[in-house]
Amino acid sequence: MNFLKRYLIPRLIQYLLVIFLGITAVFIIPRLLPNDPVSTMIGVMQARGQQLEPGAIDEMVTSLKEMYGLEGSWWEQYVAFWGRLIRGDFGVSFFQFPTRVDVMVARAMPWTLGLLLTATVINWPLGNIVGGLAGYYSRKRWSRVLDAIAMFVRPQPYYILAFALLLLLGYAVQWFPVAGGTELGRKIAFNWPTIKDIIRHSFLPALSLVILGGAINFQSMKLIVQYVTSESFVQYAKLGGVTEGRIVGRYVIRNALLPQLTGLALSLGQIFSGALITEIVFSYPGLGSLLFNAIVNGDYNLIMGITVFSIVGITTAILILDLLYPLFDPRVRYT
Amino acid sequence: MNILRDLFKDYRFVLSFGVLLILLALAVTASFCPYDPSLTGVVPRDMRPSAEYWLGTDSKGQDVFWQAAFAVRNSLIVSVIAALISRVIAILVGMVSGYVGGMTDRVLMFISDSLLVIPLFLILVLMSMLLREYMNLFILALLLSIFGWAWDARVIRSLILSLREREFTKTAILSGTGTVKLVLNEYMPFTMPLIFSTLINNMSWAIGLEMTLAILGLVNMNIPTLGTMLNWAISYQAILLRHWWWILTPVLLSVFLFVALYWLSVSISEYLDPRTRTQRVGV
Repeated sequence: MNFLKRYLIPRLIQYLLVIFLGITAVFIIPRLLPNDPVSTMIGVMQARGQQLEPGAIDEMVTSLKEMYGLEGSWWEQYVAFWGRLIRGDFGVSFFQFPTRVDVMVARAMPWTLGLLLTATVINWPLGNIVGGLAGYYSRKRWSRVLDAIAMFVRPQPYYILAFALLLLLGYAVQWFPVAGGTELGRKIAFNWPTIKDIIRHSFLPALSLVILGGAINFQSMKLIVQYVTSESFVQYAKLGGVTEGRIVGRYVIRNALLPQLTGLALSLGQIFSGALITEIVFSYPGLGSLLFNAIVNGDYNLIMGITVFSIVGITTAILILDLLYPLFDPRVRYT
Repeated sequence: MNILRDLFKDYRFVLSFGVLLILLALAVTASFCPYDPSLTGVVPRDMRPSAEYWLGTDSKGQDVFWQAAFAVRNSLIVSVIAALISRVIAILVGMVSGYVGGMTDRVLMFISDSLLVIPLFLILVLMSMLLREYMNLFILALLLSIFGWAWDARVIRSLILSLREREFTKTAILSGTGTVKLVLNEYMPFTMPLIFSTLINNMSWAIGLEMTLAILGLVNMNIPTLGTMLNWAISYQAILLRHWWWILTPVLLSVFLFVALYWLSVSISEYLDPRTRTQRVGV
């Protein structure tokens, strides 16, 4: 029960607080800034050459205010805002009227989730195992070569790397399609040609996420393993005649994995942002491209919806990772 | 001076220092540009690189070389302002949190943890979306600095925590040194190198985020930065039309800039950590 009280409950409280703060920020930010979305929206409509009668403008302002929940005092708006969120109601998209925001997000979500999961499932173990070996055998030539490559890839933002891959493999040698999630007009169905098509289209975006994420994991793992290797229990195991494979696999890498797990949880937000940008580069039909279109069209409701969904999604994913942590670290379980 | 001499033994430091000097020189030449960088149609369109136009010209009738010079200059300006302001916040939060401890520490660290966990990028998009009309280099830098301090505040805090336990802290307090003076005079020298290395990392982060926002069209598109340059090249279909010089220039410049900043910070922080220093030298 001690575990419950000292680890689980504080963690759950923190989770709820972070979501509360994040969503409150989403509520407050637009209201603090000097221009309000309603007049921006009307400005956009007029700029597009839509003729609006003066009476029609008034009517529109009222209906827009209602839609954005801008009626009443701040407190009333805030309560109404939460009420709508809990019901999962984000209003309708403005530029794809009358599609509901939650429907659009739900349509894009599987693409992003699939891309993110695939990339993480590949790059995390790969980066950690290779990084761990490279850290243990840091004097070897291959370890130095890998390190040099990682030193070059690591500082690049997702955008630049995705772009380089696109130029190289999409245009220069044309191995992969440069845009989209499937061929144009393909109906999504659960059969082999569709799956093959999706894999072919997802390959480049996934590859850029894998390369960058792998390089990051490789580097931090290598550094941690170099520290762990110099600790005395490793020396002791060596002197005691434990085989090298066992030392690396059971003692060194296992110890070094714990900070890596924490690192994964902490960097999930960044990985997510990176995936969104990568999607935009490849016009991959996930949340990132949805966000891009929402920004281009000034679709305020849609941006709010995507932001709220992402905040809840990311914090929940981090919570799950944190709850899995005691499985890997017995010290948390028993204290 | 000893520090510099040691650092120059690291080939990564030398290389990145050299690249940064070249980029800085490019940024300085921007002030000799014969025309206003926001003007279009000043040179013939879509020319390949030649003796007259070193890096060719773009579809907007601008000289790619001068655009690049301005882009590097402006991106550096944004990143330096953002990094400096967020350093002030990070130092304040880190030092107060580490030294005062208790409830203050918990509240401050909760705020910085929340900033780390929430997908900040989306909050930034929301803010810049609404600030779009007012966007200039300074506002952009300010926006980035509000969000860029959380991680480094944590790093500084943990250093202060370890300094607080050191013998000299007790000596200073017992001999009547005030808190402010203790922190400024005694702790600052220890934290300075660390702050410098986080400064470089933060610059790199700010340049990257500026590019991201520029790709989304959320910054002032008439001010050339590395991000807006890329955005223009993409929206004029530079890849499809095979205007490689236009798109390759900002991509290569940013690759060099990011690598140089990263290597600089790595070589400095490795120098600061004697454990890796001995490993590198191979004692």
